[in-house]
Amino acid sequence: MAIIEIEGVTKAYPARKGGSPVTAVDDVSLSIEAGEIVGVVGYSGAGKSTLVRLVNALEPATSGTIRVDGTEVTGLGERGLQKVRLGIGMIFQQFNLMHSRTVYGNVAFPLVVAGLSRQERHERIVELLTFVGLAEKAHAWPEQLSGGQKQRVAIARALATNPSILLADEATSALDPETTVEVLDLLRRVNDELGITIVVITHEMEVVKSIADRVVVMEQGRIVEEGPAFDIFARPRHEATRRFVRTLVDDVPDERAVEHLRTRHRGRLVTVTFRDDEATSGGSAQTAVFAELVARSVEFEIVFGGMEDVQGRAFGHLTLELRGADADVDAALGRLRELVPLTEVDPAREVG
Amino acid sequence: MDRVWELREQYVSDFFVTLYLAAGGLLLGGLLGLVVGTALYVTRSGGIAPSRAVHTALNLVVNVFRPIPFILLAIALQSAVRGLGVTAIGNTYAIIVIVVASTFGIARIVEQNLLSVDTGVLEAARSMGASRTRVVFTVLIPEAYGLLVLGFTFATVAIVDMTAVVGVIAADGLGNLALTYGQRQFNPWVTWTAIALVILIVQTVQFAGNAWARKVLRR
Repeated sequence: MAIIEIEGVTKAYPARKGGSPVTAVDDVSLSIEAGEIVGVVGYSGAGKSTLVRLVNALEPATSGTIRVDGTEVTGLGERGLQKVRLGIGMIFQQFNLMHSRTVYGNVAFPLVVAGLSRQERHERIVELLTFVGLAEKAHAWPEQLSGGQKQRVAIARALATNPSILLADEATSALDPETTVEVLDLLRRVNDELGITIVVITHEMEVVKSIADRVVVMEQGRIVEEGPAFDIFARPRHEATRRFVRTLVDDVPDERAVEHLRTRHRGRLVTVTFRDDEATSGGSAQTAVFAELVARSVEFEIVFGGMEDVQGRAFGHLTLELRGADADVDAALGRLRELVPLTEVDPAREVG
Repeated sequence: MDRVWELREQYVSDFFVTLYLAAGGLLLGGLLGLVVGTALYVTRSGGIAPSRAVHTALNLVVNVFRPIPFILLAIALQSAVRGLGVTAIGNTYAIIVIVVASTFGIARIVEQNLLSVDTGVLEAARSMGASRTRVVFTVLIPEAYGLLVLGFTFATVAIVDMTAVVGVIAADGLGNLALTYGQRQFNPWVTWTAIALVILIVQTVQFAGNAWARKVLRR
């Protein structure tokens, strides 16, 4: 069942002095299933942050409808929205902890809003801080915590009222790689153990790769591509998606890279693409490809590219330099084409 | 020097009058200033409760009153206050003038203090289902608390300053004492003793304010 349904939603900001109106989100439709982790990717200004803010109505939509858990958010009054927001947690890039409160006080805040008694609050706070592994920091002030700890407190605070949805707006962008992993692990636990639907906004493909079930790519306020995480990584269709995937795994070397490779590698260059879901009968495509080259006595060397793992499935692009008799190489290429997608790199400058 | 001793009772009573005027002005002006300053903050465009009409109106009033030199305001408000049937001289009138002047001064200080609060924190509070009113009272103001203490300390010093010139509207206080017994009777000792007491008040306020703010800001 879809827990968030966005239908034809547009968010436009009126023109500033001397400027033109800005359409941050442009006729977006998106449906998010309960229990999934959706990664929304885009460069800054793509409209992804605005899009999540429409979901909990921190920003009102200009047009279109948004339903959260069956409730139509668009058109609700302030009072109604406050109720909906209790069911949607949100975390931020800059953590947004209140510096006038301790860790305990920060987590208490939404519980006070929700109207819990002091005793109920206390029990819940202890439970939440234990869940995020910060029970001993209850009486620390925010500035005494590291970035990762701050984000974990923010997660505890966002989960306080038992929301069914968690919105994460660039939640790891201010963290170092190691802490990012720690926070992502926690988010995965939130999803696994509590069954909370998570929408992750990010510009880091690493984050999407490690956590998202499904990926939505945004550009200029529009969704340009969406699909299961593996498909987005292994078969990006839109140029924006391809650029994002390339930040993680090289595909076909571009002109400059080829020039660079040519200084050391004079043989035929071909890029072969491997996708785990396209495994040939009786073994992996890689095994088949390399066996074929060896059988045809074509020497090869991997000179560019890489493999990645998304949701337990491998994909990647390897550029090989092939050396051998022309006839052997041609024969091998012919057979390889039947096995895997193959691109000849720079055929014009091919050196015999 | 002997004259200072002769006037000792006068000093004591005027010292307390100065404290009374400053405290009255600070309490009422501070409260009103906090309200007006917060209203200015929340109604600005992109604020918690944006309202162009309210913001523009408040801005106009603040901008009209704030630049009026205090001594001229003290004279100018006399007719308005008389129109309301209140005696327009003396200590009570002095407090009224101080309240008017300090309200608008403090409003701007409060507005600036609030502007330094990270709006992300307010957004986070709203995302947790807090109403606008709750955000203002339990997030915005507590987050700005330390800076507000410093702002109010600064305002208090300015208010003590105002109490020095209310002699012109027949109010008492150390300023009036210095003018009446010091300047007009050509006795610099009397003047400087009054000044010393004013310095004492200002220093105490400043010291207490700084200590308080340090405690709140935890640095």
